[in-house]
Amino acid sequence: MSTLEIRGLEVTVDTDNGVVEILKGVDLTIKSGETHAIMGPNGSGKSTLAYSIAGHPKYTITRGTVTLDGADILEMSVDERAKAGLFLAMQYPVEVPGVSVSNFLRTAATALRGEAPKLRTWVTEVKSAMEALNMDPAFATRNVNEGFSGGEKKRHEIMQLELLKPKMAILDETDSGLDVDALRIVSEGVNRAKEANNLGVILITHYTRILRYIKPDFVHVFANGRIVEQGGPELAEKLEANGYADYVSK
Amino acid sequence: MSVLTTNYLTPSGREEAWRFTPLKRLHGLHDGVAVISDRVSLSVKNGLPSGVSFTREDLNPLAQSDDVIIERIRGASKSVSHLSIAANSEIAEPIFLSRSKGAVDTAEFSRVRISLGSNARAIVIVENTTDTVLAEDLEISLAPGSDLKFVTLQEFEAESVYAARHHAVIDKDATFKSVTVTVGGDVVRILPTVEFIAPGASANLLGVYFATAGQFFEHRIHVDHAVPHAKSNVNYKGALAGQDAHTVWIGDVLIRAAAEGTDTYELNRNLLLSDGARADSVPNLEIETGEIIGAGHASTTGRFDDEQLFYLMSRGISVNDARRLVVRGFFNEIVLEIGDQVVQDRIMDRIDSELEKAASNV
Repeated sequence: MSTLEIRGLEVTVDTDNGVVEILKGVDLTIKSGETHAIMGPNGSGKSTLAYSIAGHPKYTITRGTVTLDGADILEMSVDERAKAGLFLAMQYPVEVPGVSVSNFLRTAATALRGEAPKLRTWVTEVKSAMEALNMDPAFATRNVNEGFSGGEKKRHEIMQLELLKPKMAILDETDSGLDVDALRIVSEGVNRAKEANNLGVILITHYTRILRYIKPDFVHVFANGRIVEQGGPELAEKLEANGYADYVSK
Repeated sequence: MSVLTTNYLTPSGREEAWRFTPLKRLHGLHDGVAVISDRVSLSVKNGLPSGVSFTREDLNPLAQSDDVIIERIRGASKSVSHLSIAANSEIAEPIFLSRSKGAVDTAEFSRVRISLGSNARAIVIVENTTDTVLAEDLEISLAPGSDLKFVTLQEFEAESVYAARHHAVIDKDATFKSVTVTVGGDVVRILPTVEFIAPGASANLLGVYFATAGQFFEHRIHVDHAVPHAKSNVNYKGALAGQDAHTVWIGDVLIRAAAEGTDTYELNRNLLLSDGARADSVPNLEIETGEIIGAGHASTTGRFDDEQLFYLMSRGISVNDARRLVVRGFFNEIVLEIGDQVVQDRIMDRIDSELEKAASNV
């Protein structure tokens, strides 16, 4: 059983127009097996929350704490956070020219498991992860995210989620740019990872569509850098009907 | 050795062609001070297939050169190491030429000729290793319809100086591809130059270089489109790490008035991996006719992409492994063009170890 605890998190970013405060005190606790949907309008700071927890250098934490089972995540380098059990499925996965998917996955698995996975079992593992997400085997020889369609990038992210087996995953708008079929396939991947590893999930999204496939236990409305309302799945339905207008004006 | 009666114009460093080169580190190759030994270091590594010969013979130069070091070599020796591939020979396995042990207190003047007869096909890989001071006039003659992949590996040891011109003269419908890899030596200055003498030919000049602290690597490309309907592509990628690592890439492409239907593109990308390193990159297109298919160039010099490193590290990969992956990935596209797995692995390992060395010095 793991717990990711975010307390009073305040984050700024340097822009051409000076320092801008984006997160203004975020409190959130996620336990293994729980799925928390974070919903909110564009620019409310949802992605900043995701990237700050993962340790992107662009963001400066000015106040607050993030701990995983009591360990101070904010003190860790980006790779140490992954080793501690965090995973970020990115909205815009980055192209790495000249590095094949198979090389990348094996390097990551080696780093996270502390030893190189045995070649024979690893090949089977990757193959079945790809099959489960309806991915062409030729995918493994392509360069990481290079020339991938939007849907391929998201499948690749979720394939990593299944292979790398984190304790806590933040899915940053994994649903964006997916058609209905791809959304279903990707959601099934997330559900398999939840099932297999008792994964805790922070699901960041604009839309309620993905919540039909990945059932949230909690829904948080995010606006202007903080959580402004919390509830169960019924809150998502209310948002579906009314939109974010009530929260944005606050 | 013949007597030096010619008055060579010793470069001062102010000339365009020499403005980047650290003349003081050339061991006197440019000003005649170097003591020339009579060693001939180049030899065939394995046996030669039929249709291929490697001999020492007196040959006149294929083409003129305005490079003073090349002139000095030619003034000193008529004798040439000649790798000849007979017309219509198709040699599938690479022909390896390698170096015997050199020396840095004396210099070697080397003349080399690689010639392919009509419709011959071959892959030649030159392994430039050892510690040496070496000036080389290497000329390549491609008869009509021939096809050569020419790989040169500058894997010299730390004190070496290599000043060379690799000049290809390409006849009708011939195909020339070069892969120039420079990862070792104190000063390496190569002039990869190409001259088309009949239509329908193509040249693909590829290169990678990795300079670490104190190393100077210069690649001064010249492609002369003097005839119609020839195609050229230039793609060099370099990385630099460490104090006073310095690379120079010059890409001169000349499209003469007669060269209608020319198609050319040149690209140079540099990755600066630390402070204190300097990459000079000067693409230069001179176009004397508008009747061409295409002519373009691009040059970029940048640092590690933080987003790439973040992505890799967010999957648990350490910063050093992430950097190694990115650098390998950067060079991969061109190193794979060598086509020989053993050589490719060796070059990638060398790049890894250079990177490691540079990282430990930071």
